[in-house]
Amino acid sequence: MPTGAELRAFLHGLPGVDQVGADERAARLGARSIKTTAKARAIDLAISMVDLTTLEGADTAGKVRALCAKAVRPDPAQPDAPKVGAVCVYPDLVEVAVDALQGSGIGVASVATAFPAGRAPLEAKLADTRAAVAAGASEIDMVIDRGAFLAGDYLKVHEEIVETRRACGDAHLKVILETGELRTYDNVRRASWLAMRAGADFIKTSTGKISPAATLPVTMIMLEAVRDFRDATGRTVGVKPAGGIRTTKDAIKYLVMVNEVAGPDWLTPDLFRLGASSLLNDLLMQRRKLATGVYSGPDHFTLD
Amino acid sequence: MDEKLFEYAPAPESRSVVDIKPAYGLFIDGEWVDGSGEDRNKTIDPSNEEPLAEIAVATAEDVDRAVAAARRAHEKVWGPMPGRERAKYLYRIARIIQERSRELAVLESIDNGKPIRESRDVDVPLVAAHFFYYAGWADKLGHAGFGANPRSLGVAGQVIPWNFPLMMLAWKIAPALATGNTVVLKPAETTPLTALLFAEICQQAELPNGVVNIVTGAGGTGRLLVGHDGIDKVAFTGSTEVGKEIARAVAGTRKRLTLELGGKAANIVFDDAPLDQAVEGIVNAIFFNQGHVCCAGSRLLVQESVAGELLDRLKRRMATLRVGDPLDKNTDIGAINSGEQLAKIRELADSGEDEGAERWSPPCELPQRGFWFAPTVFTGVAQSHRIAREEIFGPVLSVLTFRTPDEAIEKANNTPYGLSAGVWTEKGSRILWAAERLRAGVVWANTFNKFDPASPFGGYKESGFGREGGRHGLEAYLDV
Amino acid sequence: MSERLSVRKTYKLYIGGAFPRSESGRSYVVNDAKGRFLANASQASRKDVRDAVVAARKAFGGWSSRTPYNRGQILYRVAEMLEGRRTQFVDELRAGGAAKTAASAEVDAAIDRWVWYAGWADKIGAVAGNANPVAGPFFNLSTPEPSGVVGIVAPDSALLGLVSVVAPAIVTGNTAVVVASEPAPLPAITLAEVLATSDLPGGVVNLLTGRRAELAPWLASHMDVNAIDLAGVSEEAVTDLEKAAADNLKRVLRPGIGDWSAEPGTDRMTAFLETKTVWHPVGV
Repeated sequence: MPTGAELRAFLHGLPGVDQVGADERAARLGARSIKTTAKARAIDLAISMVDLTTLEGADTAGKVRALCAKAVRPDPAQPDAPKVGAVCVYPDLVEVAVDALQGSGIGVASVATAFPAGRAPLEAKLADTRAAVAAGASEIDMVIDRGAFLAGDYLKVHEEIVETRRACGDAHLKVILETGELRTYDNVRRASWLAMRAGADFIKTSTGKISPAATLPVTMIMLEAVRDFRDATGRTVGVKPAGGIRTTKDAIKYLVMVNEVAGPDWLTPDLFRLGASSLLNDLLMQRRKLATGVYSGPDHFTLD
Repeated sequence: MDEKLFEYAPAPESRSVVDIKPAYGLFIDGEWVDGSGEDRNKTIDPSNEEPLAEIAVATAEDVDRAVAAARRAHEKVWGPMPGRERAKYLYRIARIIQERSRELAVLESIDNGKPIRESRDVDVPLVAAHFFYYAGWADKLGHAGFGANPRSLGVAGQVIPWNFPLMMLAWKIAPALATGNTVVLKPAETTPLTALLFAEICQQAELPNGVVNIVTGAGGTGRLLVGHDGIDKVAFTGSTEVGKEIARAVAGTRKRLTLELGGKAANIVFDDAPLDQAVEGIVNAIFFNQGHVCCAGSRLLVQESVAGELLDRLKRRMATLRVGDPLDKNTDIGAINSGEQLAKIRELADSGEDEGAERWSPPCELPQRGFWFAPTVFTGVAQSHRIAREEIFGPVLSVLTFRTPDEAIEKANNTPYGLSAGVWTEKGSRILWAAERLRAGVVWANTFNKFDPASPFGGYKESGFGREGGRHGLEAYLDV
Repeated sequence: MSERLSVRKTYKLYIGGAFPRSESGRSYVVNDAKGRFLANASQASRKDVRDAVVAARKAFGGWSSRTPYNRGQILYRVAEMLEGRRTQFVDELRAGGAAKTAASAEVDAAIDRWVWYAGWADKIGAVAGNANPVAGPFFNLSTPEPSGVVGIVAPDSALLGLVSVVAPAIVTGNTAVVVASEPAPLPAITLAEVLATSDLPGGVVNLLTGRRAELAPWLASHMDVNAIDLAGVSEEAVTDLEKAAADNLKRVLRPGIGDWSAEPGTDRMTAFLETKTVWHPVGV
């Protein structure tokens, strides 16, 4: 375990991020034009990367079952459409989701650690995590303590991730940085490295409860971090932008960014996920447009 | 995962928005006229060497007519016209450029070889912005700091290069017209088409006859224009060699002169730089517009303590550069503008190898036809190497290292040029320290190759004199 | 008893803060308006031009990085020193043929001109610079900076004309190599004595006396001179000098002013200023 001083020295020694330059680069990547065959492949890849998510206080078993049905068979009219990457729910609904997805090969991800604020004693966070894993979650999406991070208590953030990692057992750990609260790209870079050093399998932008959620530049900073982390350590960490990604056009921009910033190695659901809900229908709608040549409409896709 | 899975499909911009005529005459006194001589130039598409159009070569007689038309227009119409009316013509032109922006961008990319992404997102928007900016000055000249009622000079003879054909036209014509001058402009012989389309825009704007005259041709026509007794002002953008020739040609006359010439800019990266943005900045500095940029950051000066890491990142980034069809929306590096320029780039790159520098390019397939040069970086370059001293004007970066800030500045300034420079560091006081010491007209700190009509541009030393853009850009066209 | 024999002054060059004779060992006779012998002035050679340019280049870094306030103080100090030697300059101008009132007026005007330019040191940046409102998240500032070493062929207005070309060149941070008026070089050397005692660092102003036709071409063609003021050059000599100046693209100020007593304006300063524009992103 590093000391607080070592962590601080390391994180503050990372190269800075110039905001304007980063925004420019992200915007330029977003201007790539992906057409025809490349677009078709991108849409299917994006579908396979979707973490189909419902994280509402009003969620019920019925709602979760409907979502799982959609995950397994996104578009009844297009049986060749790939299935999604995972279904993401609160811990108390993991069991429902695991049941509903039995035999589909689709994993269940669960948010934990007093999502979304993370303002609970560590013991409660760990209990939350263990409960989700015990219920069958194969992926845990934890939140970091943004308060501790912004107060400079990097060691506390580090320790919580390490403990949660331990509580996960075999489940994959995604660490949510909640970049909308970290505000600066320098913080995003530092938090990314902090999470990776503490054992994250994935770093994730947002809870979806704070605006702004995922943005292209923030995701780019995180992609740079996983790329550089692999160069430095040999370990490959995944990235998951979540929240605010609603259209196929958006999703393709993210894939272009993965391709050109982290590299094609990351173009797999094992290393890149899109946390979204309404995105899926738009991907399916565009998919059908490419297949049939005519524009479709929302009435032709299921709302689950 | 299959590496090719995400290979981008071609995404070509449509050529159908442009209508290139088989042959063009000269635009004099508001009309298209045939050149008086027999000579014609062919302009070609540098990406495939297909001929695009035949272009008249203006003779002494043609230049006479153009200058006379400009003189008449200055005396009778444009000079006496109230500034607010001149302003409205310029606003009209700016609007028509916006309306026809796609057409201009495609035509520019076809004639020049530059990527459509740049002509569409950089060149043409800046052209419209430049006219918009100077339009606003036309009726406010008394407030510009050059006296209460500054007068125009008269007729301006303007000669522009092939690297930013339409943008250089805008940089020349917009301030000249705003200040009440009339112009005779000669575009470069390899890239005349957007200037000729601009003539059509002048007609659409109902700009009075003779205010803008476009004469095409090569160096000979340029010499006739700058040497003409009937002009009051010469403005030239191009090579330092030709700039000196022009300075000699106007010696002893009353002609006013501004020159925007070559450069060999140092792009200095300190070890505390924001590295990812520095890599982008380096790429943008040298590979923007195939490196056909007078202010290109062609000398990378990197602090030794970070050189290895930076170069690794740079090379990885260069491997994602897409070289090819200028009209493909995903192309980052287009065609070299001419066979002549390609030969020059090759010759200098070869000299780099001969002198012992290490050459590297990412693997990239270049098209069979047309003029192409892969993005190239030379490491282990010494100040004495030709590739560290001479302007290559192509996608070729020379990397040198330094140990201390003083050494960086000393090396950066160790050139007869002085157009631009770059500084990358997170330390504010070091930026200002370096900016103060760099003998260059534009210093980009933590950015590079940024242009704006409100921002003066121009060089120190042998990179020329006078400024284009901003309030300063008015001075070159006023009798102050 | 015989009258006391006066001690004459040896008129030498002023290079790098020292007063050497021409390396060529040459001198030329300077007469008064009636053709009577006044003094032997040094007749500088091309090698003196070379040495003066080296001195000016050496002084440039330090002088240009002084604060404008400090440069203003020093120019004002020049005015003070000149005021103290008022009588000497009036006498020298009269010896050159000026009437008493005209000589007095010229010295007064020359002093006042130093004062005028001294005040510009910390104001020209405000007038010639600009904060540029660019369309993007960038701080963008243009500031004037000195061109470097300025060669000056001074006009025949021996004191006021000389001051009027030297002061605007150096107040902004340039250093100068000045070829004094050929027929009336003596006030220039006396002015050098003023400069040498005014806290002006050696090498900021270097004064040569001699033949314009011999010296000006070396100055115009020198590749380490950044700009040239042709104020004292005859019309027929301009073309060749401008052509020579083109070899390294010197900023050229053509001759044109006849009346040195007129309000000068800022033109002679801005002629030897470069505009540097610095961009920086604005972000968090």
